[in-house]
This record gives sequence, C-alpha cells and structure tokens, in this order.
Amino acid sequence: MFARAAAFAVVMITLAAFDGAAAQTANQPPDTMAARVEACTPCHGNKGEGTSDVYFPRLAGKPAGYLYNQLLAFRSGRRKYPPMNYLLEFLPDPYLEAMAEYFASEHPPLPQPAPSEVSKDLLAQGELLATSGDAGRNIPACVSCHGPGLTGMQPGIPGLLGLRAAYVSAQLGAWRYGTRTAKSPDCMQLVAGHLTEADVTAVAAWLATRPAPANPAPVPKGTYALPFGCGSQPN
Amino acid sequence: MMVSKLSITLLALAALTTVAQAQEKAADIIARGEYLARAGDCTACHTAPEGRLFAGGRAMPTPFGTLYTSNITPDPETGIGKWSADDFYKTMHSGRFPDGGLIYPAMPFASYTKVTRADSDAIFAYLRSIAPVNQKNKPHELRFPYDNRQLILGWRTLFFSEGEFKPDPKKSAEWNRGAYLVEGLGHCGMCHSPINALGGTSQSDAFKGGLIPMQNWYAPSLTSNREAGLGDWSIKDITDLLQTGVSMRGVVYGPMAEVVHNSLQYLNDEDTKAMAVYLKGIAEPSPPPAPSSALPTTESSLLISLGKTVYDKNCASCHGTQGEGKPPHWPPLANNQSIEMQSAVNPIRMVLNGGYPPGTKGNPMPYGMPPFAGLLSDNEVAAVVSYIRTAWGNRGTPVSARDANELRSAPLN
Repeated sequence: MFARAAAFAVVMITLAAFDGAAAQTANQPPDTMAARVEACTPCHGNKGEGTSDVYFPRLAGKPAGYLYNQLLAFRSGRRKYPPMNYLLEFLPDPYLEAMAEYFASEHPPLPQPAPSEVSKDLLAQGELLATSGDAGRNIPACVSCHGPGLTGMQPGIPGLLGLRAAYVSAQLGAWRYGTRTAKSPDCMQLVAGHLTEADVTAVAAWLATRPAPANPAPVPKGTYALPFGCGSQPN
Repeated sequence: MMVSKLSITLLALAALTTVAQAQEKAADIIARGEYLARAGDCTACHTAPEGRLFAGGRAMPTPFGTLYTSNITPDPETGIGKWSADDFYKTMHSGRFPDGGLIYPAMPFASYTKVTRADSDAIFAYLRSIAPVNQKNKPHELRFPYDNRQLILGWRTLFFSEGEFKPDPKKSAEWNRGAYLVEGLGHCGMCHSPINALGGTSQSDAFKGGLIPMQNWYAPSLTSNREAGLGDWSIKDITDLLQTGVSMRGVVYGPMAEVVHNSLQYLNDEDTKAMAVYLKGIAEPSPPPAPSSALPTTESSLLISLGKTVYDKNCASCHGTQGEGKPPHWPPLANNQSIEMQSAVNPIRMVLNGGYPPGTKGNPMPYGMPPFAGLLSDNEVAAVVSYIRTAWGNRGTPVSARDANELRSAPLN
C-alpha cells in the first residue's frame, strides 16, 4: 500500500514536471526575427515599410550590406541619432547582420508617391541632377551609383525609392555638414559637398515623386562600375 | 666522458624545460590578467567608440566637466610603456600616477585599491602584451574650480581609504571571492551607491543605490530587497542575470547592459556564482511592505484607469494581461522589483526609450522593447507607468505627467 502510494507520488511529480516544461516552452516569445525586431517597428513599420512619420526611412528590400553598415555606424555613434545609438549599443555583429538580412528580405509594396509641393522648375532641376548630374560642378548623376532604376546595387548601395523628400533632404544635409559619414572614401560626402540647398530640395522632391518600378529589387553586385571610389562598396 | 656528456645533455634539457615552463607561466599570467581586466571592465572606459583597444580618448561626462580616459597600451611615449609593475600597482592601489600626481576619482581607484598585488601584476602583464598605440591623451575639459587637481586631496580625505581586500574569516571562501570581485575590480559601488554633490560616497551608504550623474538612470540599491536587493532571488536567477543579461526575475538595460556586455558575460561560472552568493548575502531584511500609503488620489485613479487602457493596447501582448511576461525574454512586470522602486526613473525611461538587453554569449539575439516616446503623450506615459507600478499587487507609487516629460530629454548614451 505504502509502496503504491509512493509510486503514485513519483508519477504525479513527473507529470507535474513535464507539464511545467511544456508550459514554459509555450509561454515563450516566438523564436523569430520578426519578434526580435519589434523594437524597430514603431518607427520603421512591421516589415520595414516605413510609417507615417516622414523622418524615419523605409528599410524593406534595401541591400543587406547597406543596412548592416548603417547599423554598425549607429552602434559606434559615427552616425548620430541618439534613439538608434542607444538601441544598438550592446548588440553583437552577427545579430546586426541578421537584422539587416531580415529587413533586406522583406518586400512590402512601395508607397504611392505623394504629390510634390515644390515648383515644376525645381522638380525639373531635380530630375536633371538625378539623371544626368552636373559635370561642370563635379556632381555625378544619382543613377550612376544608385542604378538606372534608382533601386540600388548589392551589397552596399541603397535604393532611393519609397523615401520621403524630408528624409532624403535631411540625409543630404547631414552629409554636407559632416554629421553623417561613411567609410573612406566617403563618396556621398564628396557629392553632397558640391550640392547647394536648392539642389538638395530639388533632388529630394523629384525622388519622392518617382513611382514604384516593376522590379524594385537592387541590381546584383558588379552590374555597372561606380564612377569613383566608394568606401561602402569597393569596386 | 660519456657520463659528463650525458649530464650536460640532461642539464640542457632541464634548462629548456624550465624556460618552457617559465614561458607557459608568463602566458598563463597574461591570460589571467586579461580575465581580470574584463572583470574590472577596463575596456568600457579606456577604449573609444571605433578606437583602438585601450588607447583611451573616450569622453566621460561628469557634473564637473568632461574627462578623457587615458591610453593604457604599452606605448612608451603616450601609454604606459615606461611603467613598472610597481608603478601600475601604485596607480591602482593609491590613485596616484607614478610621479605622485593625483588621479580624478572617475577612475574607480577607491574600489581598485582592494585588488591584490598578484592580480594587479597579472593585469599589468596583460596590458604589456597588447599592441602599443601611439595616441596622445586628450586634456580634460573641467570647469573652474574642478580643473585644479589639488581639490582631489579633499575628496580623498573624505571618501577614499586605501587598503587591499581583507577576507572575512567568518564567511566562506566563495562569499569572500564574491566580495572581492564586487567591491574590488567589479567596482559595483561606483554606480550602486548614492553620490553626493562632491561626487563621493560615504562608506555607510555603500550599495544603497543612487541616480547615476549625467546619465539619469537609477542604479538600485543592492542591499534593499525592495530595490535590486537579491535576498529572495535564487542563485540561478542572479547568475543568469549577470552572465546573460536576462533572467526569470528581470532583465538588464541601460548602463548595466554595458557592464554585462563588456565585463560580466566573460566571467567563469565559479566567479559568477561567488558574486551571486555575496550579492544575495548583503541584502538586508526588507522592511514590511509599505501599507497602501500610496492610496490613489482622484488624479492618480484617473491616471491608473487610463493606464490600463494604454497597457492593454500596447504592452499586454508581450508582458501579459496580468503582468506575468514571458520570462526570461519578456520580463514580468508583476512583482518585479525594478518596477516598484521608490524611484520611477527606470520604468519611465523604458516606456519612453525601449531598449535591448545586451547581446551575450548566453543570449546572442536578445528581444528588444520598442520605444514609445513618439507614440504616447506625457499623460499616457505617466498613466501606464502608474498602472504597472500599482496593478497586480505591485506596491509602487503613481507618477505624474511632469515626471514623464522631464525624462524625455534625458541623454540616451
């Protein structure tokens, strides 16, 4: 009788332990990147598609190498935006790579371009700079690096579509003033240094009016040669 | 002849063995020094972001101005290449440069003075083994009168007592090892003790918690179980928190995430357990929980009812409708000491800024909390923090929208 009771007790304990283990597994966050990057989504959208806030960029579908470089720059404080610097400060390289891969592999549709508030003349100036540049002022065309479809090139050159004018203009401004920097030779800093404020407004406004292309994916590495040296994407 | 040849050979062999043993011993000492340098978290201050290891130059904002950390690589011109082991020990132990000059107490020599000579020598041997970097120290930018180093003499009289760690013979070897690490190299008291207007801590206030100057994070008391006192934590929960940054009871963020990331995750299991045993041991019996002194006023009851709405919409999916969380990754909020502490600075900052626990060997891909600063108004932040501090049996006090607003401008890093 006593032995039976003891055996029964053992079974009960085993069952209880088993239940506990099962409950614990069930009571864990999903083992996914989507759950791990929830700290990013209030500003960048659930799939990195962007939000209504014009200052936070779309991340989805950008080349993973580009996103990874930005995460490294924010983590070290070389690219300054305190909320981003703070979030990334103690995260290891392989995790930042995984985050970059995650957003690079998401492909939510590009937003509809918003009607522009700038004049037709300014838009035309933006188009000219973006597609032909201004050789007299040492300004290369945006398309010469960011690709004919402005969708970027693997692994380090970002696409320029799906971004709002305010964001593009703020980034060009940050390069002109040296608060955003990239690996040397810092090609964007050189380019932005030749732009006037009116150029920045014009290019940012024109880019924001571009409709989504049929294939928004960045072109493969080596599709075209960059016109000059760029630390983020060695030729 | 044969005999003497053989004995010469044997002697030569013996000599070789001794050299090999000596070399191995030197390698062991360097490895131990590296481990101890990790325990002292030397990297965090002496390496600038994207800078060379231990070349210094990192800015340390203090209420008295900005200090720049020094180059401690073995470069003879700009580093410690010309120092002897005696010089290094003197610096660690007495807070003076080899020439007798006074060191600003941002360098935790008040804790490092407890480090043994053997450990100091090992750290020095390790620092001598790394690549020298020729990089001049940046001059400090301190305001008058703090730019006068002689003032440090006064500070030292008040707050510094020199002396190596003395084990307590009534306690176990493990407890003593933990005490040595926590009070010495770990310099935990630098943050977890209240800092007065002179930038010092009195001995009697050690580990009683304090607001970290300039950073605006509250480093909780390690002695009170109503704060971070670990008296009723299991040893496993404490070691998990120290080694991986997450545990079933809570998660580290902010300045403590840095400590886990750069230092504690590298400590071996024995030392981590020793620290846990000591930290559990210094917790003082908690005073009985305050009677419902925080009886909500009309204003705070309104806040708390708004808080529940905000919580259910934004927080419950991770932290549970009853604040149970999904520990260790999504920490519980019910019965979580860091939520109920008298200072509400940390929970308010978490709601505003979110954050990731540190990525560690034990938790390489931590889950992060979203920042809500852009989504919630001051009133909503105050409401949700008041709610989590008072719901589910939590015994914290409500906070005001003004408290929330003031922390919006707190520095983030």
